[in-house]
Amino acid sequence: MTINDIKNHLDAEVLCGKEFLDKEVFSACGSDMMSDVLAFVKDQAVLLTGLMNTQVIRTAEMMDMICVVFIRNKKPGEDIIELARESGIAVLSSSKRMYEACGILYSNGLQGQAK
Amino acid sequence: MSDSLNFSYLVDGENFASAGQASVQVKKELRQLGIAPETIRRVSIAMYEGEINMVIHAGGGVAQVNVDDLGIEIILKDEGPGIANIEQAMQEGFSTAPDNVRSLGFGAGMGLPNMKRYTDDIQIDSTVGVGTTITMRVNF
Repeated sequence: MTINDIKNHLDAEVLCGKEFLDKEVFSACGSDMMSDVLAFVKDQAVLLTGLMNTQVIRTAEMMDMICVVFIRNKKPGEDIIELARESGIAVLSSSKRMYEACGILYSNGLQGQAK
Repeated sequence: MSDSLNFSYLVDGENFASAGQASVQVKKELRQLGIAPETIRRVSIAMYEGEINMVIHAGGGVAQVNVDDLGIEIILKDEGPGIANIEQAMQEGFSTAPDNVRSLGFGAGMGLPNMKRYTDDIQIDSTVGVGTTITMRVNF
């Protein structure tokens, strides 16, 4: 699944990283607790979260994640977007709720762990 | 044995938004040294958790990273309140972080366990009222 597929599945807006839309993701993680995200390394992953601060982007960067989706229509501030740009991470915003967003991606073939 | 490379960083305890900057820097330095991405990831996650801990609990501190022939050593030193019961602190889910930290996405009691998970060795030297020094090693 590419970042562009995620954008389409979640009816999401791309806030930065349009140049990464063709990149492929192999796994996903949905959480508001960053330490839970940090506990399990996944390759080429996307992070879905309702948490809104710069540590979301830093967490994604530490994990070598390539895409963050803010759910429930949350729009991050410019500081968050700027940090994501510097880190080469695509940021999306979707109006879906966490359960729904995860379910849509999962049922379209994006599993929790990369095979 | 060749010389080791050393990096030192001051971790600002006043500003949660800037927490993790030292880990980001280390990640960049290690990339320039051509170290394997998997090793870099382990080092940066362990150090990032440590940095967050220093900001949450100890009002900041000093981070030092040494790279030698065998691997990478991370030393995190603070003059915070210390850890009363290290065994308890190492348990997943145990946390003394205040509620406002949880609303920031941390304080789930996963910090120290994650640091142990990603490193080959972790030593915690802590004295209540004096401070904590954590030494971690990731071998190549």
